[in-house]
Amino acid sequence: MMNLIVTDRYDISAVRSFMTNLLSLASGLFMIGLVFLFLGVNPFYAIFKIFSGSFGSFYGFKETLTKAIPLILIGSGLTLAFRAKFWNIGAEGQLLMGAIFASWTGLFLGNDLPSYIIVPLMFFSGFIGGALWGIIPAILKIRFSINEVISTLMLNYICADFLTMLIVGPWKGSTRFGFPGTDNLPDAAILGIIPGSRIHYATFILSILCAIILCIVIYKTRFGYEARVVGENPDAGRYAGIDFLKTTLILMIISGGLAGLAGVGEVAGIHHYLGYPAAVSSGYGFTAIIVAWLAKLNPLLTLISGIFFAGILVGGDAIQISLGLPAATVNIVNGILLICLIMGDYFLRNKIRLQLSK
Amino acid sequence: MEDMIVSTLERAMVAGTPLLLATTGEVICERSGILNLGVEGVMSMGAVVAFIVTMTTGEPWLGVICAVGVGMAISIVHAFASVSLQANQVVSGLALTMLGLGFSGMMGKPYVGKPLLIKMDDLAIPFLSDIPYLGKILFSQSPFFYLAIFLALTAWFFLEKTRLGIQIRSTGENPRATETQGINVSRIKYLSILIGGGFSALAGAHLSISYSKSWIEGMTAGRGWIAIALTIFALWNPARAIWAAFLFGFIFVVQYLLQPLGISPNFLSMLPYIATLIILLLISFKDPRRLNAPAMLGEPYKRGER
Repeated sequence: MMNLIVTDRYDISAVRSFMTNLLSLASGLFMIGLVFLFLGVNPFYAIFKIFSGSFGSFYGFKETLTKAIPLILIGSGLTLAFRAKFWNIGAEGQLLMGAIFASWTGLFLGNDLPSYIIVPLMFFSGFIGGALWGIIPAILKIRFSINEVISTLMLNYICADFLTMLIVGPWKGSTRFGFPGTDNLPDAAILGIIPGSRIHYATFILSILCAIILCIVIYKTRFGYEARVVGENPDAGRYAGIDFLKTTLILMIISGGLAGLAGVGEVAGIHHYLGYPAAVSSGYGFTAIIVAWLAKLNPLLTLISGIFFAGILVGGDAIQISLGLPAATVNIVNGILLICLIMGDYFLRNKIRLQLSK
Repeated sequence: MEDMIVSTLERAMVAGTPLLLATTGEVICERSGILNLGVEGVMSMGAVVAFIVTMTTGEPWLGVICAVGVGMAISIVHAFASVSLQANQVVSGLALTMLGLGFSGMMGKPYVGKPLLIKMDDLAIPFLSDIPYLGKILFSQSPFFYLAIFLALTAWFFLEKTRLGIQIRSTGENPRATETQGINVSRIKYLSILIGGGFSALAGAHLSISYSKSWIEGMTAGRGWIAIALTIFALWNPARAIWAAFLFGFIFVVQYLLQPLGISPNFLSMLPYIATLIILLLISFKDPRRLNAPAMLGEPYKRGER
């Protein structure tokens, strides 16, 4: 007889954590390979194509960094929310709200103000937009004990409809020939890019700074400690007199605000006008959930996991075109990787031994 | 005017049907203590499978059966992660939704925009369908409508009155005590997740082969998430889910009623989502002890741990 003995593991080292993640990703890639095989595509070729498309060429890598900007911004904010076990699934809506606020600022104030005033103003208003959309579920949860997964998701749909309402209605641009969308932002409101790429450097620097600052906030400040207690041991938190409403509000202002900043980057750095919700963000709010999870809820590590998943998005686009795969492939890749990551956590938390007995 | 009211209510019943099916499934699942956020994805899978099978074989019921089978099969992912591996149920459910949306989008790509020519005929119940107004609203609907109500009532009976139902409920309330009764808690949870998955897929099948008779990516449009909210609104009781679901069916169709009044269609399409937030807000004023939420909802259970 063989028995599997499962016991808790208390000594989780950084190396073991890293290796487990790596193995989880490898097994995830293996399963994705099986899906490609099923689709009649050579799995080695497809996976090679994903990574060569995103990391294999200078052009691809620049695109990867461009897409990593929103993922890092949102992902690092989500690590904070998830640590407090506040399941913010609404980053997509918070991003859109940030984009709406920034577009308003850019469109209606941008003609009269110089760039060095209007750009910070847009980042500021984008942050406010995302934060406002983020504190609604926080209040709903703490004051009315409404499940935040549902409320953030509903707010995603509401915000997408609201944005569409704006661009087909009052904000519809006169230069769009009747198509939905605002006019282009004035030149002063458009973010500078690194020449030869689409990397809007202001947001890029901001995303790196945010990841670093959040890391300090989580591990070195009282607020970060309180947020972790709220998540890990709410009873102890109540006993210690932590103000749940205040803590949750602050962390959702940060998490939502960072998603709003990502929205500013997309509108002012990439598209230069406000279009359909699906055009403004290609699901960054959802992909960022996996970015945060892969980073083991450490904001600093979202710099790596954000670039990794940006690579998958870019590589996914590349194989969609070259192998004729549907756009939903990226969803499958994300789903499989997330499943493998949470399964890997089991082996991190538990020791499993095989015991042979008579 | 009368015609308009009758046809609106009739369509409200149609729109409420998938919500009722998915909510019933989620109620059973959550009663066992498992939060399943995969409803949206499984619903989407159910929709695409039912559509493809119906289109290729010409047998709508075969499509329905295949959809339920696939829905149960894909739900094993969530069962394995959340029960066997005690993973975080929020994340695992989200992963299931991503998988479901991804696979359905991939499988359904060649079928986008193709109309379904095979019709599932409405079932007019003799005599009852002749009642003025009510007959048209309630008794000449698609078979899914009757099935949904029948299944919801059956689920209520099953949970409240049968041995297995009580085992499911006690698993959600106190798995440790349940285990001491010699009941295999993991098996109960697996079963509940599979049943819930089957129901979600059934809801999707209704969407693609009866409601809209076509397939397009994202056609579930958040109905899976609304079903999860309705589970709370129905206080985890399948019988209450009936009127909750049809109330929401009404909210879904009322937008078409208001459109001619010149209200922005984009604003109107927000209504179901706003209404979801409002009902959750209303329910929050209820005494939490009377909410009836399963005590161990969302808590991973590890055998032999104290």
